[in-house]
Amino acid sequence: MTHKGGWFERYALMMAGKRSPWGSGTPDDGGESPGDKPATPASGEEPPASPPRGPRNPWLPGGGSGAGGGEGGGRGGPERPRRAASIEDIFRNRGPEGPRRRTGGPGGGPPEFRLPRRANGGSWLPLIAVALVALALLITSFHQVEPKQQGIVSTFGRYSRTLNPGLNLTLPWPLQNVEVTDVTSIRSEQMPDGNAEQLILTGDQNLVDMSYLIRWSIRDLKQFRYQLAEPQETLREVAEAAMRASVAEQTFDSVVSGAGRATVEERVGTRMQAVLDAYRSGIMVQGVDIGRTEPPEQVVEAFKDVSAAQQDADAEINRAEAYSQQLRARAEGDASEFNQIYAEYRLAPEVTRRRIYYETMESVLAKTNKTVVENSGVTTYLPLPEIGRRGVAPAQAPAAAQPGAR
Amino acid sequence: MDQVWHRYRFAIIAAVVLVIAALSSLVIVPETQQAVVIRTGEPVRTINRFRPDVPYGETGAGMVARIPILEQVQFVDRRVLDLDMERQQVLSSDQQRLQVDAYARFRIIDPIAMVENAGTEENLRTQLSPILTSVLRQELGRRSFASLLTPERGDAMTNIRVALDRQARQYGAQVIDVRIKRADLPDGTPLQAAFTRMETDREQEAASIRAAGQRDAQIIRAEAEATAARTYADAYGKDPEFYDFFRAMQSYRRTFEMGEGESNIVLSPDNDYMRQFQNGNQ
Repeated sequence: MTHKGGWFERYALMMAGKRSPWGSGTPDDGGESPGDKPATPASGEEPPASPPRGPRNPWLPGGGSGAGGGEGGGRGGPERPRRAASIEDIFRNRGPEGPRRRTGGPGGGPPEFRLPRRANGGSWLPLIAVALVALALLITSFHQVEPKQQGIVSTFGRYSRTLNPGLNLTLPWPLQNVEVTDVTSIRSEQMPDGNAEQLILTGDQNLVDMSYLIRWSIRDLKQFRYQLAEPQETLREVAEAAMRASVAEQTFDSVVSGAGRATVEERVGTRMQAVLDAYRSGIMVQGVDIGRTEPPEQVVEAFKDVSAAQQDADAEINRAEAYSQQLRARAEGDASEFNQIYAEYRLAPEVTRRRIYYETMESVLAKTNKTVVENSGVTTYLPLPEIGRRGVAPAQAPAAAQPGAR
Repeated sequence: MDQVWHRYRFAIIAAVVLVIAALSSLVIVPETQQAVVIRTGEPVRTINRFRPDVPYGETGAGMVARIPILEQVQFVDRRVLDLDMERQQVLSSDQQRLQVDAYARFRIIDPIAMVENAGTEENLRTQLSPILTSVLRQELGRRSFASLLTPERGDAMTNIRVALDRQARQYGAQVIDVRIKRADLPDGTPLQAAFTRMETDREQEAASIRAAGQRDAQIIRAEAEATAARTYADAYGKDPEFYDFFRAMQSYRRTFEMGEGESNIVLSPDNDYMRQFQNGNQ
């Protein structure tokens, strides 16, 4: 209902006031029920505000615009009737500019942030700053040095002293600077990095693929800090030079087999220490551990073949040994059998001989086909396969074999 | 804040000016650096110059005064610096090629000479690098390939160091050490040849090991046969005639009884075995 009424009102006013830019008014209130608000001023306030100027357009932007129009009328004089809202009017109240301009005036705006004041009205700010600085000084004056560490104190860059484990007091930064370093723990350098092949020439001009580990620690922290531009890089280079020099003193076999390994490790350690001492590096070489010593990859098959050859040789010898054992055992068995029977035979030669003969014949003939030929021409027994096949006994026997038992 | 500013304006400005003046007239030289003070283009003095036997803390490092604007301070590294040589192929006296990696360690002991003749450490390195290379070539070219692999090369290193040091002195540097990191066979044919030699070396070893194994096996077998023969001879030699009989009996058993194939035996009545058989018949 109200909506409808509003619409009517608007329509009527639009018709009445030709200069009314109704188009600009409507969007302003369009968000809320458009009929309500306009309806009230249109009917209630209009007559007392300015009856002679005709109906007041309630759709002029906002209430302020209405007031502005009134003021404008006041300023410009009555001869100037209410003017249409200019484009400035519209934008004054709208967009980011409008509200700001209105609140930006004196008295408006959010309250300025203020620190709480001291009792005498002074600011806390200097006190806080002083406290912060004091805290920073305090923190940078105390240095907790862990049991494994040492610290170097330098005053404006000049070395002052070395801090030992415990709580230490120094002048605050930036007067004195403290550098704490882990000293006693043993560090290690893997040579080469990763699993890359590192070929080293041996004394007999062979190549060996080696990897090794250098264990070191800091002996003198200030020398370590101040003497070498690149301590770690130096250490690696010294290690490499020492290792190559030491391996070159050994033969390939002694390096690979491990016989010369301890010597190499020891010499590398000594050499490195000598060089590092000459540099005053403050580094202590704790040990050198050779990890991998292998022939180069290209020839590794040949090396494997050598160990295979050793296995082959051993296998051959094992087989020969086995054969040898068998042969000896059988010889001993045979000999022992003969000896025992012979001992019996000696007691009664004739009887034993006949007994053995009959027993053997019995055993042999029991399992074979037998043919007895009453022919004096055949003097011995002969295995004739044809006899069994044909079922007849040939009259003539082939060449006679001499029987063993006679 | 405004009040503070208004009240202490001059004090604050004075403090800032003072700090700037202090900063420009004081130089902090750390222990790792030495400094050359250059007054209008001319080096006038050094700070914290390296002297070998002065302990740290008394070397002159720290806060040092200078005349602002008029004096420039150039820092020069005081530590042991490294000079890495590019990989070089060097010919030994017996015309063998070697791939050599070397490095030198040096220290700037005369920063003024160094600033005057080289300028910066980087410049110094580029000056020294070709010298190192040529000295190294010269020295190694005088030695045989084999001697480069022996500890004798320590000797060569000393010579190289001395030669390089002589050149480096004019730049204010002292060469502490020259070392060959590696002396390798060059890639390609020489390396392959070395590999082939190693390979054939091993093949020969493998072959001789196998041959030795076979030889040993043969000896073991022969010994066993000899022992067996002696054992047999000892036993059977006591009565060769009985051995003949006994062995024959064994042989029959093995041949007819255990042997393969069917046997047929044709017996003559005259046979010894048939003797009693015949007698009974008659």
